[in-house]
Amino acid sequence: MSILIDERTTFIVQGITGREAVNLTRECLDYGKGAKIVGGVTPGRLGRDVHGVPVFDTVAQAVAHHGAAIDGSVVTVPPAFTKDAVFEALENGVKLVVIVTERIPRGDVAQMVELAGDRGARIIGPNCLGIIVPDVIKMGGIGGPAKDAAKSYSSGPVGVISRSGGMTTEMSSTLTAAGLGQSTAVSIGGDAIIGSSYAELLPLFEADSQTEAIVIYTEPGGRMEAELARYVLDSGSRLPIVAFMAGRFMDEMPGMSFGHAGTIVEGKEDTASEKIARLAEAGIVVAEEISQIPELVRGRIATTV
Amino acid sequence: MSEALFIDVRVDEPTSGDPGLAAKLEEVCPVDIFRAGPEGVEIVRENLDECVLCELCINAVPAGTIRVIKLYAPGEELRA
Amino acid sequence: MRFFEYESRAIVAKAGIPVTRHGFATTVAEVSELAEQIAGPVVIKSQVLSGGRMKAGGVQFADTPAEAAGHAEQVLKLEIGGQMPRGVLVDSRAAVRHEYYAGVVWDGIRKLPVMLFSDMGGIDIEEVAEQQPEHVARAHFSTLRPFSEWQAKQVIASLGISGTVLGRLTPILTRLARLFLAYDMTLAEINPLGELEDGSVVALDAHMDMENEARPRQRELLQELGVGDEETRQAREPTPFELAGEEVDAQDHRGVAGNVTEFDGNLGLVIGAGGGSLTLFDAVRAHGGNPANYCEIGGNPSVRKACGLAKLVLGKPGVDKIAVMMSIVSNTRVDIVARGVIKACLELGLDPAEKIAIFRIPGAWEEEGFKILERYGVEYADRSVSLHEAARRAVEKIQGGELAGAR
Ligand code: SF4
Repeated sequence: MSILIDERTTFIVQGITGREAVNLTRECLDYGKGAKIVGGVTPGRLGRDVHGVPVFDTVAQAVAHHGAAIDGSVVTVPPAFTKDAVFEALENGVKLVVIVTERIPRGDVAQMVELAGDRGARIIGPNCLGIIVPDVIKMGGIGGPAKDAAKSYSSGPVGVISRSGGMTTEMSSTLTAAGLGQSTAVSIGGDAIIGSSYAELLPLFEADSQTEAIVIYTEPGGRMEAELARYVLDSGSRLPIVAFMAGRFMDEMPGMSFGHAGTIVEGKEDTASEKIARLAEAGIVVAEEISQIPELVRGRIATTV
Repeated sequence: MSEALFIDVRVDEPTSGDPGLAAKLEEVCPVDIFRAGPEGVEIVRENLDECVLCELCINAVPAGTIRVIKLYAPGEELRA
Repeated sequence: MRFFEYESRAIVAKAGIPVTRHGFATTVAEVSELAEQIAGPVVIKSQVLSGGRMKAGGVQFADTPAEAAGHAEQVLKLEIGGQMPRGVLVDSRAAVRHEYYAGVVWDGIRKLPVMLFSDMGGIDIEEVAEQQPEHVARAHFSTLRPFSEWQAKQVIASLGISGTVLGRLTPILTRLARLFLAYDMTLAEINPLGELEDGSVVALDAHMDMENEARPRQRELLQELGVGDEETRQAREPTPFELAGEEVDAQDHRGVAGNVTEFDGNLGLVIGAGGGSLTLFDAVRAHGGNPANYCEIGGNPSVRKACGLAKLVLGKPGVDKIAVMMSIVSNTRVDIVARGVIKACLELGLDPAEKIAIFRIPGAWEEEGFKILERYGVEYADRSVSLHEAARRAVEKIQGGELAGAR
């Protein structure tokens, strides 16, 4: 099984005629069993098609054309228009929105997340590469072209959650090379406010019988790792978790931002060393190098079985 | 201006002298390697190394009249 | 993006929150003039972005304009936290009965803004929250529904504050919450918020941070405050090397090759992207290497851009070799980056095989990229070599080189 999406998932691409969106559409159609992209939306482009996917002016038109509710949307419109696009998707019944766009002010992100909550929907991102279920479906640019994604991702027992899109693939590729496949890998985005955090995705992995362990990529900044540690302690999760922490050097440079918008050390709680300590308290092992991850995962799957 | 190190593009007759094809090439190449000049196709040499090997130029003209040469791999070239 | 206090006060005043009579001055003469106008005791406050002004002597009290001028002369020349002041704020000294704290920040876990209010103002709020949590009240509020006054009232009253002052504090916290959202702030803080002897409530200091991503849509406010597009307001001013990196990145709109931060090591880094850069920078240091810089490449930049960045790093004094490393790429192309970095070496008259310690970028178009690297004799690695191992090889090469030079 998988979380969030499977081979039946239908989705649209908002901003489908943009250069990156055209590539992303091709990649998703080609990967695994082929994504069911039932439409694209770019205002003013009704009647065109992108790799055979019909283009509409509005989400409502796409839903009408499909003749049923659409499960998801990948949003790739410029930052100034993202909030409106996401609202449009949510108000038209879309329940899973993957926001690829970066540099969206947090006030807008908070509004999107709040509306998603009101509508019983979920947001992944912004500033993320999406979701992949190895050999089945991908929703977003994650892993790149189908043949490249197939090299890095393979099906198996590990759930992957990462604040960095590129590192989602790097870690999964390392797991794949060691014979450990992934149940689902989710690039959650590197911003200060995101739709779905580790702690919010973990229950989904808990409920997925295929998943036996979790690997996460983390960074300094924010309190998401502390939230995860607290969740694990409170819930007594069945899943062993192995973490990798990048940006340790930033502890020496408070106030400076490197990498993602969310990585800035502001207080004492959000340094790398503090986070490592919190994770350790919750029994989450933190790998020093990515190449150690497969062994750590294997050891822990073995002990829980 | 530095010479191209990695890519060379050769345009042969009849494509090179055709103003219509020159305009078409100028449009299809994503990295602006072709320019439509008064005598037909001109190569913008400082953009040659930006070539993404997409073959859009090759598919836009009569077969065999454009060759995209990989200077870093002796003997390798793209052509229709 | 951080605002100076004089700007923060202007923002607060614009939102309808009362402030003490004050003015901004850049010369001693202007200070005297302002002090004359205020006609009473004043405070001279250095306008720097770093904290710790008080300790550094950047805040001085004066009873007369002459005394104010004397202090201003000192404060205007005083460097604080490595920064020269932009000017000084001349503030009328109010008779304060009580100091409060009012602030609004984002809560990344709840994904909502949160108001903070304390009846122990004038000191560090984090300290109060830690040592006397019962003196800090907080409440989240919606970003979708309009903010209503009762929300502010409820927070303040929860601390046991009642009477006339509750009625005066409530609209101030309300306006602060509204301006926080309207102006895309990441921090909006009034500390202290003073209740004066006459019962009025005024902002005695203000601290505002605006989100960088929102600068385009907040242009009107920034123009009003006289903040130019070129002012980055980073924790430290960018170095010429870092500015040159921004220029490389700005030359075209394809991808990113920039975000450069300068360090003083000998190993130049051409690395990417966000998470990959963080991982690789750590990895180089873990193996005892000395990075000359941090940077980021991603989003499929042009050959020109990759070349420009590599040239910049290669040209940095003290750089012996560069390491070109990324996590597995799917959008950025291996061959394009390979062309860029080799071209950079050749254009500087350097041998790529010698200057590029290692090239570790697996992924899209790697076969083509590896052909190029082979042709120029550059050591490269595919995905079977981990990021840490690649970093280790780069460090080994550069340190081996140093030893050879010493012999
Ligand atoms: S292959 Fe593509 S990039 Fe290269 S010259 Fe032809 S059109 Fe331009």
